[in-house]
Amino acid sequence: MTPDTLRYTEEHEWIGELNGQYLVGITDFAQSQLGDITYIELPDVDRQVEAGEEIAVVESVKAASDIYAPISGKIAGINGALDANPELTNKDPLGEGWFFKMTDVDVTELDALMDVSAYRTYLETCS
Amino acid sequence: MQLIYEKSQPGRRALTLDALDVPTCSLPADLCRAQDARLPEMAEIDIVRHFTHLSQRNVGIDDTFYPLGSCTMKYNPKITEVAANEPGMAQLHPHFSSSPVFESECQGAYALIHELERQLAEVAGMKAASLQPIAGAHGELTGTLLMAAYHRDHGNTHKDTILIPDSAHGTNPASAVMAGFKVVEVPSDKDGTIHLETFEAMLTDKVAGIMLTCPNTHGLFETDVAKISELAHAKDALLYYDGANLNAIVGQCRPGDLGFDVMHYNLHKTFATPHGMGGPGCGPVGVGERLLPYLPGPRVVKKDDSFTLATPEKSIGRMAAFFGNFLIAVRAYAYMRHYGDAGMKEISRNAVLNANYIYARLKDTYQSAFPGNYMHECIFTALPQAEKGVHATDIAKSLLDRGFHAPTIYFPLTVKECLMIEPTETESKETLDAFCDAMLAIAEAAESDPDSLHAAPRSTPVGRLDEVKAARDLNCACL
Amino acid sequence: MSWIPTTDADQQAMLSVIGVDDVESLFASIPEPLRMQSWDIPPGMSEMAVRNHMAELAARNTVGHTSFLGGGYYDHYIPAAVDALSGRSEFYTAYTPYQPESSQGTLQSIYEYQSAICRLTDMEFANASLYDGGTAVFEAATMSARITRRNRIVIHPSLNPTYKAMLHTHAANLDLEIVEGDDPEGAACVIVQNPSFHGTVADFTALAERCHAAKALLVVSFYPVSLGMVKTPGEMGADIAIAEGQSLGQPLGFGGPYLGIMATLKKHVRKMPGRIAGETQDSEGRRGFVLTLQAREQHIRRTKAMSNICSNQALCALRALIHLTLWGKKGFKDVAVACHSKAEYLKSKLGFVEILNEGPTFNEFAVRLPRNAADVCAALLEEGFVAGLPLADVNAGEANDLLIAVTEKHSREALDAFATALERVACS
Repeated sequence: MTPDTLRYTEEHEWIGELNGQYLVGITDFAQSQLGDITYIELPDVDRQVEAGEEIAVVESVKAASDIYAPISGKIAGINGALDANPELTNKDPLGEGWFFKMTDVDVTELDALMDVSAYRTYLETCS
Repeated sequence: MQLIYEKSQPGRRALTLDALDVPTCSLPADLCRAQDARLPEMAEIDIVRHFTHLSQRNVGIDDTFYPLGSCTMKYNPKITEVAANEPGMAQLHPHFSSSPVFESECQGAYALIHELERQLAEVAGMKAASLQPIAGAHGELTGTLLMAAYHRDHGNTHKDTILIPDSAHGTNPASAVMAGFKVVEVPSDKDGTIHLETFEAMLTDKVAGIMLTCPNTHGLFETDVAKISELAHAKDALLYYDGANLNAIVGQCRPGDLGFDVMHYNLHKTFATPHGMGGPGCGPVGVGERLLPYLPGPRVVKKDDSFTLATPEKSIGRMAAFFGNFLIAVRAYAYMRHYGDAGMKEISRNAVLNANYIYARLKDTYQSAFPGNYMHECIFTALPQAEKGVHATDIAKSLLDRGFHAPTIYFPLTVKECLMIEPTETESKETLDAFCDAMLAIAEAAESDPDSLHAAPRSTPVGRLDEVKAARDLNCACL
Repeated sequence: MSWIPTTDADQQAMLSVIGVDDVESLFASIPEPLRMQSWDIPPGMSEMAVRNHMAELAARNTVGHTSFLGGGYYDHYIPAAVDALSGRSEFYTAYTPYQPESSQGTLQSIYEYQSAICRLTDMEFANASLYDGGTAVFEAATMSARITRRNRIVIHPSLNPTYKAMLHTHAANLDLEIVEGDDPEGAACVIVQNPSFHGTVADFTALAERCHAAKALLVVSFYPVSLGMVKTPGEMGADIAIAEGQSLGQPLGFGGPYLGIMATLKKHVRKMPGRIAGETQDSEGRRGFVLTLQAREQHIRRTKAMSNICSNQALCALRALIHLTLWGKKGFKDVAVACHSKAEYLKSKLGFVEILNEGPTFNEFAVRLPRNAADVCAALLEEGFVAGLPLADVNAGEANDLLIAVTEKHSREALDAFATALERVACS
């Protein structure tokens, strides 16, 4: 997975395929807007989620943001390391700071999301 | 400073009871706790010193100027404390109101509740008021529940939305949701008030009500409020008045006359009851004609020469076990009786004068968030200072070092680097001048020596605290 | 006016700095037709007149009788130092600790209060307090619904009927199904009270196990003073412990201000409403306290907040902490033993009435009198007794039923005199 191969949402989440599962996290822009992350509430494993459904919350000292399912599918696992070390998402949002992984997805839903160049253009409208 | 638990010594005592004058009894062992609660074991003198030292690590209005915007930190008159400590008030059992047999035993309290509710309604141009809500946010919940009851009663099942300006207190949307509504945010205009055409476009049939603060949290009077009221009522939507800023208009204009149907009062703001480090407050609701039948019950009503209880026919029910924070209401009552007709009109005149004086003295140095016309508070943005690395928080911390409490910062959310200053009417010109001088000195330091501001505060018991550590490590009790 | 320091000369000087001629000009943004015409507010009174007026009103209220009125609100002794210390204006004239460096007194006292509540209840986290015992029931119900993502709230028969009424009012428009009973199947929580409204002490450990088997929570509303003796919510396996905090150093005050106590387990703390103080340090490593977990609260989360509550009863929580500290580990137990023993003594003197409680009681019990309870109360008022709460008037019993509460303040002589008077009046 590299930034170039990921897909992005307008809520500054990313999704990318790794060994048949789809990892989801937030972008560097999102973590910088939040500041020091203090807690990430992750969804229950095995939960079926719909695209756009609120399924997680990321908290910093002064803000809390909802995390939406970027596409429909099943939550296959969560990043357990975040419970003790939420700062991983600040340090490495596209790597060790991932949130959860999904299976049983409809890959065509990914087409509705932005690719990296579209996201970069979108970011220019966000600051 | 040590925790009280760290000062505990086994076997030490403060208070003791008289020797038991009846046989000692205990519950069966399986109903008893396994070990005594590990409360501190200390001598009274050390307890007294502990809490005295804690108090010395605090700052109240009695210590210094406390210009927290939107909080109305006015002087809390001592006579009101005396009133609340009258044994006939302080020791009165609330269940006297639960049985008609005890009605004769609490007539003084009923008389006070009745007259205070009447005067509160009169001050705001409402038909009636209820003291039940325990705090401002609880008053908002009560008010939104009243609106819901009205619409349910009128078959307005489609009305499921409340409009709330983006400058509103966070409690407004949170309360509306707790009363079962959806919330739609109304954007403020550049000049800081609601734009009438934007509002009109948002006023669909689904709108059950609008929650307004007036003057709003930008310190500005909503000049189109009469038109907003007319448009809303034409669609059978109700108008809610958030009384947070009532201090600006008391005696000048009345929410009821402006078209508001329901409101809450913050007795701990406008009517000078102590803020108590964050509570207890007292947040009565007032209602106009439309919502009168739904008020929480029971209510104190006059019957011949005495007082009794009655519940309005379509009452939403009980918001409080009894009459809300009664001893806080007693304080507000004493305050209102002291001021009376002429005095209460002076409150807003002086509050607005003081805020405009601060604005006039600071506006050439600090950037005003809006083009003026401030009422009881003035709003600046520290954006120009922030470009040089000095943020609103640095200014606030530097004020602490100069002996003042800070203004409200970073609220409302609509203004970046916000500094919201509310002096209230109880401050002298000398105090206002000293505060303005400090603000001007800080602005100068922001240019000449910004690092000195980043290091603030240095005169307080602790320096800036690590909030990230507090949230990540989460130590909230000494177990 | 006494509380406005501005003189005419000050006003002139200020107006000239502002650049307007009169104060009236500052209200120009209020359209003329909207100005107030008149109001019916009486003339002001001097401080001396206010003081006399308040004393007159207070004199029309009855205090000082030997009272057995409880029903969730108890006349316990409040140590002198509670008033002296909580009356320091650095505490009571401060506001929310927005500037923690200037508010360490507030924040440390909240942290110490939270610690005291955890130690009292055997729970892991307490918040900085809610409004009162009744609103705490509502907050516990919505908290349970958030945690379990279920909407059925089960109210146990032990719960104070007023709390029940308040829950219905508060939750009127929420998607909550409120049912009575003790069946946790499919429920968010079962809410019990211990001792029950009628005073019976129970052990809800088995119910906690049933709740957890059904993935529901157990909420225990407790009576703080009873925890000097009674098995704790934590020991029973409660998920949320709540209480009316009045009995910890708050004057009865005709209904408030009091405080709502709430405590929970670590796994649920982020779903708990209200303020929480936490320990941290400054850049020099000095211990300090801040409000933490604020991202859950209304000023940040707005429509998605855990609750709309934006304050706590901080001054009341401080009083509770000082009260608990003054009694201390041993004294707090002694108070509970005294309340229970004196209540048992009174019970033993009331052989002429039927005791309605089916199990042991702590300091309060319900009796069925040979005649109408309200009539008995009326007759005993004449003799200087407030005999208790007629249960029919709060929809918690029949016409002859009376709820009687005893505290450490009752002497043996007072109990004897009351028993004698009650027998004479009730059996006549």
